[in-house]
Amino acid sequence: MRIEEHPIIDFKRGKPVSFTFNERQIQAFEGETIAAALHAAGVRVLSHSHNLKRPRGFFCAIGNCSSCLMKVNGVYNVRICVTPVREGDRVEMQEGRGDIIAKA
Amino acid sequence: MLEKTGVPEPEQIKKITPSEERLQKGPVAVVECFQNIPCDPCLYACRHGAIKEFEDINDLPVIDHELCNGCGLCISECPGLAIFVIDATYGEEEGLIKMPYEYLPLPGQEEEVNGIDTEGQAVCSARVIKVQNTKALDRTPVVTLAVPRQHLMRVRSFVRKGGE
Amino acid sequence: MQKPEIAIVGGGPAGLSAALSAVRQGAEVMLIDRDPALGGQLVKQTHMFFGSKKEYAAIRGIDIPGQLMAALEEDGKGKFAPVLNTTVLGYYDDGVILADREEEQAMLIKPQKTIIATGAAEKMLPFPGNDLPGVYGAGAVQTLMNVYGIKPGARVLMIGAGNIGLIVSYQLMQAGVEVAAIIEGAPKIGGYLVHATKVRRAGIPIKTSHTIKEAYGNKSVEGALICSLDENWCAVPGSELDMKVDVICLAVGLTPQTELLWQAGCEQKYIPELGGYVPLRNEKMQTSLPDLYVAGDVACIEEAGSAMVEGKIAGLYAAADLGYDENVEEHYSSFARELEELRGGPTGAKIKQGLSRLNGGVEQC
Repeated sequence: MRIEEHPIIDFKRGKPVSFTFNERQIQAFEGETIAAALHAAGVRVLSHSHNLKRPRGFFCAIGNCSSCLMKVNGVYNVRICVTPVREGDRVEMQEGRGDIIAKA
Repeated sequence: MLEKTGVPEPEQIKKITPSEERLQKGPVAVVECFQNIPCDPCLYACRHGAIKEFEDINDLPVIDHELCNGCGLCISECPGLAIFVIDATYGEEEGLIKMPYEYLPLPGQEEEVNGIDTEGQAVCSARVIKVQNTKALDRTPVVTLAVPRQHLMRVRSFVRKGGE
Repeated sequence: MQKPEIAIVGGGPAGLSAALSAVRQGAEVMLIDRDPALGGQLVKQTHMFFGSKKEYAAIRGIDIPGQLMAALEEDGKGKFAPVLNTTVLGYYDDGVILADREEEQAMLIKPQKTIIATGAAEKMLPFPGNDLPGVYGAGAVQTLMNVYGIKPGARVLMIGAGNIGLIVSYQLMQAGVEVAAIIEGAPKIGGYLVHATKVRRAGIPIKTSHTIKEAYGNKSVEGALICSLDENWCAVPGSELDMKVDVICLAVGLTPQTELLWQAGCEQKYIPELGGYVPLRNEKMQTSLPDLYVAGDVACIEEAGSAMVEGKIAGLYAAADLGYDENVEEHYSSFARELEELRGGPTGAKIKQGLSRLNGGVEQC
């Protein structure tokens, strides 16, 4: 899903990094957001609606709409579309609004 | 209607087509811009003063075909990719079209391609004569195609043969 | 608390131009943006811009931030401070700005003058299935393609034939993604016709008087049903077409992001020609609050070219009103002339009409 050759832009990818999504290893490049990296890996369902559990993906990709909230490294409600991916990130789909009281 | 389909009408194309007399003298630019929008880079691109001075930035560009020598400098300057250079004097049966082409992969010289019209329909077979992709063109390569003469005002892009 | 002379919220074309104009007058400017880099939506615009060659015509949008920043580095030495990864959360009664910096401590800023250049947000279209993964705003498609170099999908249905719908369709083709069709509810194409011609010769159909009935798919978009509309914008029975696509891209208009202006208490009016609720402003781009100015899409939905000139005017007067008023009349005349030129044709007539209504019948620039 990554563009190799583009007529206008020369995509200079950062160094390769790997992270887990729901415990699955995913390869990405430094400089990408978690949402972009997941999209490149074919992951389009990012969350589910609270009542009817309808699948949700991202919509705006710039941190406005809240469609992409996930649990990252233990922290809930992270807008993954504006969060850069880092080596070893532990990304998980979250159900509902997540716990706001951190467990000890 | 252009405003409904995005495709210029035959009368609009006819209006900007140079005279047969002028076409017999050599390459000449045609500008297929039919809407008054604020835009003027073509005016500054021409070194021969062939594009008439605008009174207002929303004016349509008008090419003085007698002053135009078909050098093609304006082709990659037009943000609308609406300028083409046609040369009816190339050969007995063939003419040349120089067009902006911003896709990859760029074709190779002597490659046979399918010339397509403004509706994306295949018109004829075409031969790639030259591909210019210099830094000065700022990522708007100019491709020169040889086509049967009668299609000079119809072919505006191309697709590779063998499924693209 | 930080106390810059001028704070500019938003580092897109309007904000950058305002900053340049202000530092050139001699004022000190803090430019705040929530992204890690300046440029706003310019960083996604791979196509050549229109307008005047004297400004940025025939230059690609992606190259403009670099030029503006180089000028700011040079002319703004010691006076220009960009603050990135920082989201302005509020503009309070006492003229204090609160800005969030994620993991770092929040900032409190009390500028003497503030320019709001927060741009616009994409509109949503209601239809069954519009919450399926694969329904993306045009900005999202551009972000994926042009910023991260990732294809949004294999086959796209584009909704909207304004400039954004037409341009993003062309960019999709350049990225190697198929565009099944561009559909537009209105009977005419709203964007520049040269953009429409470019996509037509790439083989993309443009269907005016068409809309989407529903999107369908199991876990994400697998297709859409489109239909044609009659002259009353009602669906024509039996006209449904099934489009097999995996992305539905919405390019159905922009709304000014006026939240900070509402909070500050600026007077705003609903003017459809300008994109919705917009702030009242005078020819200095000053709002009903004398210390607050606006520029760009937040002031009215238009083009990047006019956003930059409005930015120049706002920056000029934010500085001049602080006393940095050298040659202000001369500069303003030249900027006003540029804006008048850009709005002189049929495409600018709608904006002028909207501005006239905004000012209660008095035509401004």
